[in-house]
Amino acid sequence: MPKVLQVRDLAIGYDDEVLLDEIAFDVQRGEVFAILGGSGSGKSTLLRTLIGLQEPLQGRVHFTGIGPPARAMTPPSFGVLFQSAALFGSLTLLQNVLLPLQKWTRLSAGAAVAVAMGRLRLVGLERFAHHLPSEVSGGMRKRAGIARALALDPPILFFDEPSAGLDPITAAELDDLILTLAGGLMVTIVLVTHELPSIFKVADQCIMLDLSAGGIIARGAPRDLAERSNDARVLAFFRRTPLARST
Amino acid sequence: MQAPGFSLTSKVDDGGSLRLHLSGRVTLVDGAALWRQLHTTGSQNGATEIDVGGIERLDGGAAALLTAFAAKRSAAGATMRLVGARGETAKLLGLYDCSRLGDCEHPIPKQPGLLVDIGEFTHSAIRTTKAILAFGGDLVVGMVHAVRQPRTVHLTDLGSLIERAGSDGIPIVLLINFLVGAILGLQGAIQLHRFGGDYFLANLVGLSIVRELGPLMTAILVTGRSGAAYAAELGTMTVNEEIDALRTLGQDPQRFLVFPRVLALTLVLPILTILGDLIGTLGGLAIAVTYLQQPSVVYLQSLQQSVGLDDVGTGLLKSVAFAVAIGLISCQRGLATRGGAAGVGRSTTSAVVVVLFVIIALDAVFTWIFSMLGW
Repeated sequence: MPKVLQVRDLAIGYDDEVLLDEIAFDVQRGEVFAILGGSGSGKSTLLRTLIGLQEPLQGRVHFTGIGPPARAMTPPSFGVLFQSAALFGSLTLLQNVLLPLQKWTRLSAGAAVAVAMGRLRLVGLERFAHHLPSEVSGGMRKRAGIARALALDPPILFFDEPSAGLDPITAAELDDLILTLAGGLMVTIVLVTHELPSIFKVADQCIMLDLSAGGIIARGAPRDLAERSNDARVLAFFRRTPLARST
Repeated sequence: MQAPGFSLTSKVDDGGSLRLHLSGRVTLVDGAALWRQLHTTGSQNGATEIDVGGIERLDGGAAALLTAFAAKRSAAGATMRLVGARGETAKLLGLYDCSRLGDCEHPIPKQPGLLVDIGEFTHSAIRTTKAILAFGGDLVVGMVHAVRQPRTVHLTDLGSLIERAGSDGIPIVLLINFLVGAILGLQGAIQLHRFGGDYFLANLVGLSIVRELGPLMTAILVTGRSGAAYAAELGTMTVNEEIDALRTLGQDPQRFLVFPRVLALTLVLPILTILGDLIGTLGGLAIAVTYLQQPSVVYLQSLQQSVGLDDVGTGLLKSVAFAVAIGLISCQRGLATRGGAAGVGRSTTSAVVVVLFVIIALDAVFTWIFSMLGW
């Protein structure tokens, strides 16, 4: 499969303090790629760097076949689901999804609403189109965030901790939606997560970050890593045991 | 303008049914053209088929448009079918198909009319008034408990609250009250001079400032500074579930958050009012000296003779009442916030508007009472 994202020699951090160094990986088209690691391992910082919200200290992020990371007043080339969904509270779910369509397409009002309703229908929220984000549950806000991320049919989606704060059933439904998007729409998905059930269910490939190691400590299919890794930190993560007891 | 990547042709068969043939690359980029052409070509009564077998590439946006158009035609009584779909096209059309979910049309809620708006406003005003009165009652009950168990009152923040409401507000209070005194003095001087009443300028400015304008202007300034801040602060805490967390920790938000703020304002506003009174009368002095060429000692003597301790006392009584109103209403509005960031904005605005109304109303009531009592 062709590569859609290539990361080379990436160093990320704050104010010249390097958190992670020599980050390099490729994401294939149509793949669900997971960025794993414990809390504070730099997963979200890496994601923010990939989508252009933060400049890397060095290295490069290259997208093949799509535009550069979103900047103000340029059409976005990928969709992002933020950890808290980040829906605009004064707009209904429908208006949130309409926003990028109104800004970046020449669709008439009726056509834009048809597309936006289609996105909401895809995530099972068409009956809540005229509700405000504060009037729906956390799981529904996440799904609405996915609908908005999908608005412009991006070839690649970035999800920051999609299952965070959700009950197991809602998290499982979200996993099914991710699989539908990847399989049905052939969208490449890069997700940051530390939810083991989701990782095993949806991810094709993954990398694991470790702050103390300053970079990637493992890469491969999640099942392979969980069963065959020799790294104690990797085993501790997948077995959900503190480091000293995982070996 | 670039030609769209798709082609939509139409043919009427022998039975009179319209058959559309869609081929090429059908993507959201050409969504506007697709929607337009579907409506132009495919909007006839009776049976219509759209053959999508010739589609080379279909994306989600275009799939949403096709299924929405089909649903729209079906709802209008025409028979509309998408035929010939295979592979990825069939999968995508299946994902966006809404026929299995029943009604695909979701009417936009109608905007309420003027009468409904008036009714809702009245209902909301009554609800707000009841909520504030209930909150005030809770505050009184809480104060009784606080007197019995003073350790349950969280006074750690009292110092910083007094600083923010009091000392940080002194410059603006002094400036505004000086200007108000000067403006009043100038307007009064112009009129009094016509009748040879220059000597009474100090009476006019002194009594107006000390009894009315000093307490009122200072309260208005504190409303804008501290009242709005309290509403926003507590509103943000409410939407972030920090108030809920406080309750689960066994803390009473009234004693933890509201008391210190009301107490800070009650201590601070009378002091600010006295400062405002002093500087306001000096504003009148500046006009007396510069406009009326009146010796300052004459103004000050007249001031001393006209303004008594009872006048100052009535002003300070008002300022205490204003302080309780500002603290109570601002905190209540903040704790009643619903609906995220927009809700915080609404409750802050509501706090300022309601407080301003209440302190003007209180001022009128006090003025009437004092006049009845001969104070």
